[in-house]
Amino acid sequence: VNCKTIVIELENYLDQDLDADLRASIEIHLAKCKKCKLIVDTTKKTIEIYCNADPAPLPQDTRIRLHDALVKHLRRARA
Amino acid sequence: MWRMLSALADKSFERSFGKTTGYRARRPLVKAVPHRLLSYSQPAHAPGANPPDDGVLPTCATLSLRHNLPMSAPKMNPAPPNPTPPRTPLPSQVVKEDEPILVAAAKAGDVSAFETLVGRYESKIFRLAQNITQNREDAEDVMQEAFLKAYEHLDGFQGNSRFYTWLVRIAVNQALMKLRKRRPNQVSIDEEIDTGEELIPRDIEDWGPSPEDRYKQTELSEILNGVISDLEPPFRIVFQLRDIEQLSTEETAEALGLSVPAVKSRLLRARLKLRQKLDRYFKRSENK
Repeated sequence: VNCKTIVIELENYLDQDLDADLRASIEIHLAKCKKCKLIVDTTKKTIEIYCNADPAPLPQDTRIRLHDALVKHLRRARA
Repeated sequence: MWRMLSALADKSFERSFGKTTGYRARRPLVKAVPHRLLSYSQPAHAPGANPPDDGVLPTCATLSLRHNLPMSAPKMNPAPPNPTPPRTPLPSQVVKEDEPILVAAAKAGDVSAFETLVGRYESKIFRLAQNITQNREDAEDVMQEAFLKAYEHLDGFQGNSRFYTWLVRIAVNQALMKLRKRRPNQVSIDEEIDTGEELIPRDIEDWGPSPEDRYKQTELSEILNGVISDLEPPFRIVFQLRDIEQLSTEETAEALGLSVPAVKSRLLRARLKLRQKLDRYFKRSENK
């Protein structure tokens, strides 16, 4: 395992989709290589920040138009 | 009879959305166009390929487990050292456990149950549509179309996957159609992308444990939206589905008509590109 392996396997590593041996080898490398550790940590953080970001509430005018569209659709469907 | 039902529907929607008497929708609905990706049946997944359909959406807590991520404080659901004590479910999980009941009620014609589902997911579907189309009006059309199609095709939803996953797939199809219609010459999500770039980042900076805390909420939102908007559509859309909407790799592949390796490859590049773009905002040496 070298720095290139870390990047190639980064997606599988973050998604815990690696066999135990390769995972262990990667973790040994991460313990030694500061650069790779930073890549892994900041990529994890990137996912975490996006995952934790709540969507903005729907603007009221957009919500009203959605409501109107749904009501109109129901009327049509039931006609 | 239909008048009575409509009146009931109006009252029911008004309870949720507020009274809108006299208001006329500004944007007409765009008629749906058939598309090869459009499918309302449940995806056929390999056994064991997907998380169990337990009616509970994966939250950032479960995603954190999937990605081996540290969980941020406000949404933290720390794993107990001993699995035997009952764990208090997250509020989001408690709410979402009623989803199969709501879906069943909506299928049986209960409009208020469908309203509840709409209210639960409208913001997320709108964000998804905005991130794909990069256009507010298109995103609004996509959101409307997605909910209408979901209502129209509820009978086709078998409940083998989460309702939200099914809804996301509908919204993605609508958004991709809109994107292609608006920008037919833009690179397609189907195309293989050869960026030719070196995947290994050159300059790596330490961000510290909570770099996002250095920004106010609105500032952070602007940064995140700006950074993801800069990604090319194939990367942006895969990241959106996989890491924001939390679809599985297989679900993402099926929704986009891509192979699993293509999704993985794009996801890797998307994550690295976003990481790189966020570097300038989050690195420790950045003095705000």
